[in-house]
Amino acid sequence: MAVTLDDVTLADPLGRARRRRRNTLAVVALSLVLLLSAVLGVAVGPVWIHPVDVLRIVAAHLGAGDVTALDPVSDAIVWDVRLPRVLLGLAVGAGLAVCGVALQAMVRNMLADPYLLGINSGASSGAAATILFGVGLGIGEHALAASAFLGALGASLLVFVVARAAGRVTSVRLLLAGVAVGYALSAVTSFLIFASGSAEGARSVMFWLLGSLALAQWGGPLAVLLVVVVLTCLVLGAWARRLDALAIGDETAHVLGISPTRFRTQLLVLVSLCIGAVVAAAGSVGFVGLVVPHLARRLVGSAHAWAVPAAALLGATFLLWADLLCRMLLQPRELPVGIVTALVGAPFLLYLIRRLRPAG
Amino acid sequence: MITANGIGFAYGDRVVLDDVDLAAPHGQVLGLVGPNGSGKTTLLRTLYASLRARTGAVLIDGDELGALPAREIARRVAVVVQESSGDLPLLVSDMVLLGRTPHRSGFSRAGREDDRIAADALAQVGALHLATQPFDGLSGGERQRVLIARALAQEASHLLLDEPTNHLDVRYQHEVLDLARQLALTSHRTVIVVLHDLNLAATYCDRVLLLDRGTVVADGTPDVVLDPALLEPVYEVAVQRIDLADGFQLAFRPLRHRLLTVPTHEGSHA
Repeated sequence: MAVTLDDVTLADPLGRARRRRRNTLAVVALSLVLLLSAVLGVAVGPVWIHPVDVLRIVAAHLGAGDVTALDPVSDAIVWDVRLPRVLLGLAVGAGLAVCGVALQAMVRNMLADPYLLGINSGASSGAAATILFGVGLGIGEHALAASAFLGALGASLLVFVVARAAGRVTSVRLLLAGVAVGYALSAVTSFLIFASGSAEGARSVMFWLLGSLALAQWGGPLAVLLVVVVLTCLVLGAWARRLDALAIGDETAHVLGISPTRFRTQLLVLVSLCIGAVVAAAGSVGFVGLVVPHLARRLVGSAHAWAVPAAALLGATFLLWADLLCRMLLQPRELPVGIVTALVGAPFLLYLIRRLRPAG
Repeated sequence: MITANGIGFAYGDRVVLDDVDLAAPHGQVLGLVGPNGSGKTTLLRTLYASLRARTGAVLIDGDELGALPAREIARRVAVVVQESSGDLPLLVSDMVLLGRTPHRSGFSRAGREDDRIAADALAQVGALHLATQPFDGLSGGERQRVLIARALAQEASHLLLDEPTNHLDVRYQHEVLDLARQLALTSHRTVIVVLHDLNLAATYCDRVLLLDRGTVVADGTPDVVLDPALLEPVYEVAVQRIDLADGFQLAFRPLRHRLLTVPTHEGSHA
């Protein structure tokens, strides 16, 4: 080696600059993979559209070209059908992944995931109630997302109150409470949908239980989802240090000037907001928040300043590929995207349970 | 300077602290000692608002603790608490940089200045070489030193330690307390430390507060407080004091043992 240890430690005593370089590289690589996946997600389908054409069509719509000169069929496929679907997939994947990161820090447990904790089910129930009773229809097209948010908040509060009953949250209590609340609320959702006589035929029981990107379209709800997910990622990124402290312990957070109770409440509201928006748009997709944070931490370490952005990028990419599989596997039929994420996620959960420390 | 007057605390109906007074000036090490359940850790926790005293008041440099915002408390009082970081292992450098949290607004990342302060803190406890290792992989003594480094990075003028020598071998026990003493003497900090080991208290504390069942039995220099006549009824063991060239140490025996060897002692077996 040309440099001595002293040179290195003097310039970068904590090794943080080295890590910053390495992790920046990882984040840039993840961004590129995500971009390629997104282009591929638009290009692949019953009709193959060349990636160059995809880029040309998108560019034209964004003002860098003449929209009227485009082939109307390709244009319709790319701009009206597949691009909203890819954007929806991006937002859903990133949103679920960062919510998983936040929940895991919050309960100091790698098994925390919005789906496993019944938060998705709460959002589904809220949204389904809107469909059946017209609850909150006064606020128009966003009623679904708003009631999904309230459902998610209600479910997460219930799970945490039950799991915390003995003062601290243990893995077993948390998972059992999540499973119980999740089952109950899934049943409520299914009941509501059947009772509604399927007036909203497109959003079936299947949609709420397994999730799907098939209803993607341009419009207010997609815009709201994108804004909510981006904001959630930014806020969690800004809270990175607080998340680090909370992940160590309540007492540690307290001695560093962070009120653990207040911060946990803020996190719960933020996560519920994000999950509400995600579920209203794509139903209840499971396991993304479990698998992705783990991979992200493997890649960039546990410090949330890096884990949050890495999880967002990985989550978005993961869901794009899952959706691609769903579209391609049984052509011309489509699988709900939740089937693929569960096929990947459930074995992963078993693996994590196997590795649980006895004290867990 | 930390002062506490008339501190009372109870878990439900069970009174843990009753009318406790405490004064810890700058530049001194105050030891809190007492048997299990005497309330010493509870007392410490009321001093950094982790627990809210039912009665009485805690003053930090003359300001009432209850009236200070959480972040301001964290700027004035650094606490060494050991918690397992569980499933999410942080690097030592991240752990120490967390000490800068009270000095940064929520939205700014740690800058060069923070890096320098954290590196200095690690160097001060002789743990700079551990910076890039995962905290969870360290030995007990290394962890304790890293947590002290985090407290140092907080740049607070008060340092509280809750049984910092737990699970440490003899060498690290002395290293950690020697470090705490240096911090009190050289940078004029207020150091308060909860200790189980009375001999460590005798060696490293300027003042000792002896608690028994939530009340103060004695408060003063180690020479005055760590007196067998005071300790025996509190700990229910026989205590013998051995004077050394530079202080004293205590030796302990079960009371039964002493009854056999010193049968004439005035009836503390009652």
